[in-house]
Amino acid sequence: MTLQKAMEMGVATPVKLPIAKIVDEAKDIKTFFFTHLLKSEPGQFIMVILPKLGMRPMSISSDNGAEFGTTICGVGPLSNAMMEKKPGDIIGIRGPLGKPFSGRGNHVVLVGGGYGSGPMAFWAERAIARGMDSKKIHYIVGARTKELLLFEERMRRAKVNLHIATNDGSHGYKGFNIDLLRQVIEEAKHSGNPLDMIYTCGPELMEKAVFDVAVETGTDCEISMERYMKCGIGICGSCAVDPDGLLICVDGPCVNKETAAKITEFGAYHRDASGQKVYYKKG
Amino acid sequence: MADLSTSICGMKLRSPLILASGITDTTGASLLRAIRNGAGAAIIKSVSVEPREGHKGHVVQEFDDLSMINAMGLPNQGIKHAIDELIEAQKRTDAPLIANIYAGTVEDFGLLAREISKAKPAMIEVNISCPNVHDEFGTPFSALPEAAAKVTKEVKKNTSIPISIKLSPNTIAISQVAKAVEKAGADCITCINTLAGMLIDIDTAVPILSNLSGGISGKALKPVAVKAVYDCHEVVKIPIIGTGGVLTGRDAIEHIMAGAGAVGVGTALFYRGQEAFSLINAEMKEEMKRLGYKSIKEMIGLAHH
Ligand SMILES: Cc1cc2nc3c(=O)[nH]c(=O)nc-3n(C[C@H](O)[C@H](O)[C@H](O)COP(=O)(O)OP(=O)(O)OC[C@H]3O[C@@H](n4cnc5c(N)ncnc54)[C@H](O)[C@@H]3O)c2cc1C
Ligand SMILES: Cc1cc2nc3c(=O)[nH]c(=O)nc-3n(C[C@H](O)[C@H](O)[C@H](O)COP(=O)(O)O)c2cc1C
Ligand code: FES
Repeated sequence: MTLQKAMEMGVATPVKLPIAKIVDEAKDIKTFFFTHLLKSEPGQFIMVILPKLGMRPMSISSDNGAEFGTTICGVGPLSNAMMEKKPGDIIGIRGPLGKPFSGRGNHVVLVGGGYGSGPMAFWAERAIARGMDSKKIHYIVGARTKELLLFEERMRRAKVNLHIATNDGSHGYKGFNIDLLRQVIEEAKHSGNPLDMIYTCGPELMEKAVFDVAVETGTDCEISMERYMKCGIGICGSCAVDPDGLLICVDGPCVNKETAAKITEFGAYHRDASGQKVYYKKG
Repeated sequence: MADLSTSICGMKLRSPLILASGITDTTGASLLRAIRNGAGAAIIKSVSVEPREGHKGHVVQEFDDLSMINAMGLPNQGIKHAIDELIEAQKRTDAPLIANIYAGTVEDFGLLAREISKAKPAMIEVNISCPNVHDEFGTPFSALPEAAAKVTKEVKKNTSIPISIKLSPNTIAISQVAKAVEKAGADCITCINTLAGMLIDIDTAVPILSNLSGGISGKALKPVAVKAVYDCHEVVKIPIIGTGGVLTGRDAIEHIMAGAGAVGVGTALFYRGQEAFSLINAEMKEEMKRLGYKSIKEMIGLAHH
């Protein structure tokens, strides 16, 4: 970009925001709401900063212009510290960061897994607010068991087509959300109104399975990828992917089908804080 | 027609611009991306003996138009994996790929030099000047001429590949350090690493970076870097990779006129995107045409009268 443009964009120092509201979503999963004009798009993320514990990327799970939310799963030092927070506690926030989903598609399916359902639900709400018919949106959510399903009520209120899968059959379809995805694609095709876009966000092996279905069925898709992010602004290189060195924090996290197809490590490995490869365990 | 191709320490460069160590370059793929985008060579992120996770927390912050402060804490995969990354990347390009090593002791610098030579990098840059791991390793070797010379000797003893010692502005007399490392056998110097600094958030009265202090790069560093290159060029004969605050073609030429034979580019990748190299290349050509210069070499050190 030109230097002039870079200067006009200015710099973004983190803001410190009090937590406005906390919602328990499932065991060890909570959504934190902040009253702040974030101006974000679905698929973007923020950096959550806690003194001494660090700075970690978290997806934006809702943003209605007045208030935004981020849905966090307690898995380690920083995210567990978030689980202890109370309304009014101050959190450092940097963002919105990264490339959002494009918003393309007239008949779309959203496939979310775990906290990845957050950006999916956000996508649906934003599209509807912009005039999309909620009946043209399918929301597929899967989890191991009923208690871990996210945003079912929220999506029911949004009046999208809801498809639920639990591995243990405690709620909805017994099996994986990938099976449901195939069904939804098939049915739409037979009804003469085929799906033209799949959006997905969740564990990488699930995303890879969704991508494979997209390729197999010739459906367009966009994927929100997760990589270790130390800076979130495209300077440190910790989120670089092979073989072309794309930086997932700025060239992503949302990538289109062509880009995903070129990322050889997608579904194969990611890198840890030091940059060493960590291979995904299949099965 | 202005020609950007040049050479330094036996490395042929199609552009004098080199990706600086630590900027989007922890993997081989990232080095190749810089080359594809117009860099003449690329330097990998500093490599240590063991893998390091680096500092946690707020590690980098941009500030005041076009500057930046960082305290990454040298995260890297460790020497074993870095060798593989370099070997694999070099298979995919003819452009020189440069290693960069970092250690807390003189002996480990020697060990790293010996090991990384297995990857046959075009050059080994020796980072004796990181300002951000003081708590762990104490005062950097770059602060004193004798300490810097000791590391240089040890590295030279362990490799036959050309080495560039990366100097720091955080010292009383950078030209003294430059002279000392030249005498100790350095083939090149890189001028400079980041300048120690601090930003404070006045709302909370807390330093912004989790490490409290960090290294300043980008525009705020440029005049410091240009003077460092100038001062070193006065006292050493070995070539200099001028680094610090190069955001435009003009900045690059300033470094060259101060005495640099090639120019490192880091923070510009944040402000101008990955296409920074091709943009700066085009701007250099433009300026050279305007000023009537045809080659990089004829501009080196022109500011010394
Ligand atoms: C773009 C993006 C969006 C994300 N969105 C969410 C979200 O909406 N909700 C949520 O709960 N989590 C999200 N994560 C993952 C979240 O960043 C990690 O779970 C969190 O950083 C863990 O930090 P910790 O200190 O609690 O645990 P740690 O013990 O430090 O880490 C636990 C695990 O999380 C991963 N991780 C740690 N730090 C990072 C990092 N800086 N970048 C990427 N992965 C990391 C590691 O693989 C590690 O195995 C997202 C990650 C990315 C890259
Ligand atoms: C985020 C970041 C990380 C860096 N990491 C390293 C490093 O690992 N090793 C090193 O020798 N220099 C490192 N540097 C210093 C740069 O290589 C360079 O000397 C400095 O940034 C000045 O150049 P610039 O103004 O073009 O960025 C780093 C700089 C930044 C901004
Ligand atoms: S997280 Fe630093 S470059 Fe992407």
